[in-house]
Amino acid sequence: MKKIALSIAMATLVAACGSQEVKKDVPVDDRTGATTQPTRPTTSTTSPTTRPTITANPLTDPANVLSKRSVYFDFDSNVVKDEYRGLVQSHAKYMVDKRDTKIRVEGNCDERGSREYNLALGQRRAEAVKKVMTVLGVQEGRIETVSFGEEKPAAAAHDEASWAKNRRGDIKYAGE
Amino acid sequence: MKKSVLAIVAFLAAFAALAARAQLTIDITTSGGRQIPVAILPFAGEAAQPQPVSTVVGADLARTGLFRLVNAVGVSPLPTEPSEVNFVDWQARTAEALVIGKIEPQAGGRVEVRFRLFDVQKQSQLASFSYVIAPAQLRATAHRIADVIYEKLTGEKGVFSTKVTYVVKRGTRYELQVADADGANAQAVLASNEPIISPAWSPDGSRIAYVSFDQKKPVVVVQNLAQGTTRVVAAFWGNNSAPAWSPDGTRLAVTLTKDDISQIYVIPADGGQPRRMTVTPAIDTEPNFSPDGKWIAFTSDRGGSPQIYRMPAEGGPAQRLTFEGTYNVRPRFSPDGKSIAFVQREAGRFRIAVLEIATGQVTVLTDGTLDDSPTYAPNGKMILYEAQANGRGQLAAVSSDGRVRQRLVSSAGDVRDPAWGPLPTN
Repeated sequence: MKKIALSIAMATLVAACGSQEVKKDVPVDDRTGATTQPTRPTTSTTSPTTRPTITANPLTDPANVLSKRSVYFDFDSNVVKDEYRGLVQSHAKYMVDKRDTKIRVEGNCDERGSREYNLALGQRRAEAVKKVMTVLGVQEGRIETVSFGEEKPAAAAHDEASWAKNRRGDIKYAGE
Repeated sequence: MKKSVLAIVAFLAAFAALAARAQLTIDITTSGGRQIPVAILPFAGEAAQPQPVSTVVGADLARTGLFRLVNAVGVSPLPTEPSEVNFVDWQARTAEALVIGKIEPQAGGRVEVRFRLFDVQKQSQLASFSYVIAPAQLRATAHRIADVIYEKLTGEKGVFSTKVTYVVKRGTRYELQVADADGANAQAVLASNEPIISPAWSPDGSRIAYVSFDQKKPVVVVQNLAQGTTRVVAAFWGNNSAPAWSPDGTRLAVTLTKDDISQIYVIPADGGQPRRMTVTPAIDTEPNFSPDGKWIAFTSDRGGSPQIYRMPAEGGPAQRLTFEGTYNVRPRFSPDGKSIAFVQREAGRFRIAVLEIATGQVTVLTDGTLDDSPTYAPNGKMILYEAQANGRGQLAAVSSDGRVRQRLVSSAGDVRDPAWGPLPTN
């Protein structure tokens, strides 16, 4: 049941990002095959040995879901909302496939409240993102959760529109 | 070697240039209660000096909101000895206290600053001091004189010779600045393109601990101010933040996430093995030692909402201290250990409040919307904090009885996260 829900979320995300481009993206295809998701028929013909050596970096290819790195949270919440689960799961699967990858999840808050308590709240958000990934098989030691609290707002204005952009977790791959 | 010295000199020169633009000016916005009328006469010979000593003394006293400066314009000749003071005249001008002084050149380019403080009603001398100093020390000496006057007239220690530190954000540039308590002589002691937060003075004022993001994550650093050296004292897996000094300066309480979500640990001030102080599934952060070293106050949301707790500094069960409202954070003990200043959220507004520990009584002191980071003056009389004004961070201060308010105005971008330094040790 969970797997189906995940698949639907994935499919939705992939559609949103443009399916043509995603087909070229080998790592995503490869691990999809490994988890035998029925909604991804294109993967069966691709295996690690036939992986083309020159492709756009999936982590930076704007058409690839892996280039999406931010998970946004509701006020006073560290729940990873359904709309971001697919994104986080895609990164988890990429990491399961690419065993040498390590990431930091950076938690962030809006500006309201004390700086240090916000740092701790941001940490809790980063932990929530990490939890989704470890459940899918990424080893804990490959995901460091850190927090910038309210110190690195994505939007500078002092209103709800900005605050919503600042309550987020960002996924950063080692070396980025 | 020579090159690096040159680089450091260039670096410092750049800082000095920045500092010149970054001065804070302090305005009193509210004052209540009775003010002591004081006449501070120009010091004989001060016009020839680089700093107008009597003006600095008067400004220090006036800024507290506790004194009213009595007009001393047109007094001629200036009295410099007790025998020359016309007490009846000063009684008529309603002065209760009178300050006179003189500055005379000494051998070797030094100057002698003498001052006397009188009780005008009793026509008696309350204090008399003499300082032989280099002219560069004139401003610092003026603050020492103001400290003496303040203590004689109020019974409390003056804090005019103390320093404050705070973070200035200008664009994407962060500076940790140290300034005199009157906002003068602001100097950047650290600059970075990454955030700097939570500066905390060592009890002797020689070092500042802070959280640096230079490693792309929060790490606790201790910087020696005189030597300019820095040492990373906590850079464990995850977050390292919220440094607080033990009163003896040998340990730091910090918040780490190396084992769990945010929990409180104690580490040696030079770095080393952390000792875990809290074991909860909740956030425990913002530790602060009581001045007697017996307690650590901290913020925890173990009860469902963030509240202030304290635990024995050697470890042990915690006791909840705040019960009203759903958001009480960032505790800071008053210097006498009897009260805790903290940040309270009520109806979406964040304000500075004070809890009297013995009675549990809470008094809200400020009326801002995003007030944060309260820090006590070492005499406990004022609380400096961060406020929002016109969409940017500014410093403000409020007396611990709430009657006097100051605004610290800076032209230099966002000013935030202040920490008031200790009394000078001399």
